[in-house]
Amino acid sequence: MADRAAILAEAARLRARFEAAGAEPVETAILQPAEVLLDLYGEDIRARAYVTSDTLRGEQMLRPDFTVPVVQMHMTDGAEPARYTYAGEVFRRQEEDARRANEYIQVGFEIFAREAPEAADAEVFALFFDILRPLGLRAATGDIGILMAAVAGLDTTEARKAALMRHIWRPRRFRALIDRYAGRTPVPEARAALLAQADPMAGAEPFIGLRGPDEIAARIAALRADAAAGPLSGAQVDLLDALLAVRETCDNALARLRDIAVDLPAILPAVERLARRLDALAARGIDVARLDFEASYGRTQMEYYDGFVFGFHAGGRADLPPVATGGRYDALTRRLGAGREIPAVGGVIRPGLVLDLGGAA
Amino acid sequence: MSLKLGVPSKGRLMDKTVEWFARHGIELGRAGSEREYAGYVRGIEGVELVLLSAGEIPRELAAGRIHLGVTGTDLVREKLGQWDQQVEELAELGFGQADLVIAVPASWVDVASLDDLDAVAAAFRARHGFRLRIATKYHRLVRDFLRANGVADYQLVDSQGATEGTIRNETAEAIADITSSGDTLRANHLRVLEDGLILRSQATLYRARRAPFGDAERATLGALKARLAID
Repeated sequence: MADRAAILAEAARLRARFEAAGAEPVETAILQPAEVLLDLYGEDIRARAYVTSDTLRGEQMLRPDFTVPVVQMHMTDGAEPARYTYAGEVFRRQEEDARRANEYIQVGFEIFAREAPEAADAEVFALFFDILRPLGLRAATGDIGILMAAVAGLDTTEARKAALMRHIWRPRRFRALIDRYAGRTPVPEARAALLAQADPMAGAEPFIGLRGPDEIAARIAALRADAAAGPLSGAQVDLLDALLAVRETCDNALARLRDIAVDLPAILPAVERLARRLDALAARGIDVARLDFEASYGRTQMEYYDGFVFGFHAGGRADLPPVATGGRYDALTRRLGAGREIPAVGGVIRPGLVLDLGGAA
Repeated sequence: MSLKLGVPSKGRLMDKTVEWFARHGIELGRAGSEREYAGYVRGIEGVELVLLSAGEIPRELAAGRIHLGVTGTDLVREKLGQWDQQVEELAELGFGQADLVIAVPASWVDVASLDDLDAVAAAFRARHGFRLRIATKYHRLVRDFLRANGVADYQLVDSQGATEGTIRNETAEAIADITSSGDTLRANHLRVLEDGLILRSQATLYRARRAPFGDAERATLGALKARLAID
């Protein structure tokens, strides 16, 4: 492990590279109000971030990442378009693997711009690619936006699509929902029994708690509507499976996704965005015929990536976390923007890992 | 150095632990009055009794300040990360049985499973503007369980006692708590989800992996295990 002074020097060097690429250096507080992060990520964030508190300000979190405070800062008083860079500690609880660092330095680069999002995607990726080139890392890319477009385009009810969309980042639950909607798993006994009753709420008293009888009745109505809706067709499930299984070099993946789009035209705009991104990458000298694309990439992370995603991994070092990760998070700016939004893409590098692997360009 | 045995310092858990050791010919007792927290061990040489709050025994085991300890499975798994690398289960003692479960109001006829709870959590958040609250003192166990099962849009609220009452008081919509017979849940108009069992817990004798074991402690542990019929 590189020592802290060396890591800080490397972080400063990387940040200078990002400044040279036009980014304005920014700082954020280490203690972040817990409420914002909890609202975004839910209870899961407590398993990943250190929470502390005092009797005046309530719960605070040791910064688990820079993205949220940088987005907040930009949404409050940022000019457009903007490029930012930052370097500093992030803190992550490690309760499963004591060898993983619970405090490490990240250096980031973020672009907030309304025009030409694919060009911005390519700009971020190509910059990371050049910086990390000497390390011989494996780059992986994906696009959550294609999967979201596929879900939005399924031939099924809006309620089912909303439920699937909500669980895009939880592949197991997503799969269980697909199997249920497709009729591949039987209707649970309890639900069948409930729906067989003329008045399921008869004798349910006393009603206690904040969730009232009207909410229970509304859910029963939703269950009845779902039971009346036809199953998701096997052909649609096959298309979704084919899409999730796409794992090729970018050029082949694009061809494969265009094939799938013939039967699932809803993904066409997202696939064309991928095509424009690949053109923009090629224009920046990236050989897309040698760059990997995985349609499922980024699905198990909690970050609010909703488009292009990428990561740089040390081949043959499965013990190491990714050296760099990033992606597009337009929806996050909407959630934090109090009525405003702006397309945004960015990524972070871990200088400690860069040094462990021999140093960057 | 003697082998330090941590035992709950009061209540039913202490009485049952004393009975369990007595059945194996080992007498545990307080040194002086009922209020004194020093103890004695008769029937085996080299074992020292340390009376502790049951909730602190996992921490003392993890630190290696006691060699052995009796406490609930629930407390060890809640409080110790990678618990099986910190302590070894020597024997389940057959008492203190309790299940950590997720329960909802019995009036929620539309909620039978975690699947339902997840769907209701989404609707609840949209309706009320905050996440569905689950009251518990077992934060880590409950969070890991719900994450493994893909339940989202909930929040845990801390409840160190009278957890069954939180729903009526509208400080929570559901609870995750220890139950043995289910009577308290029923009396409070609550029902356990059909797949809501997080953990079956009972009083267990643990060995601290990090405690210092010299030749004397090792010999004493061997003798104790032979007496307790633990292989």
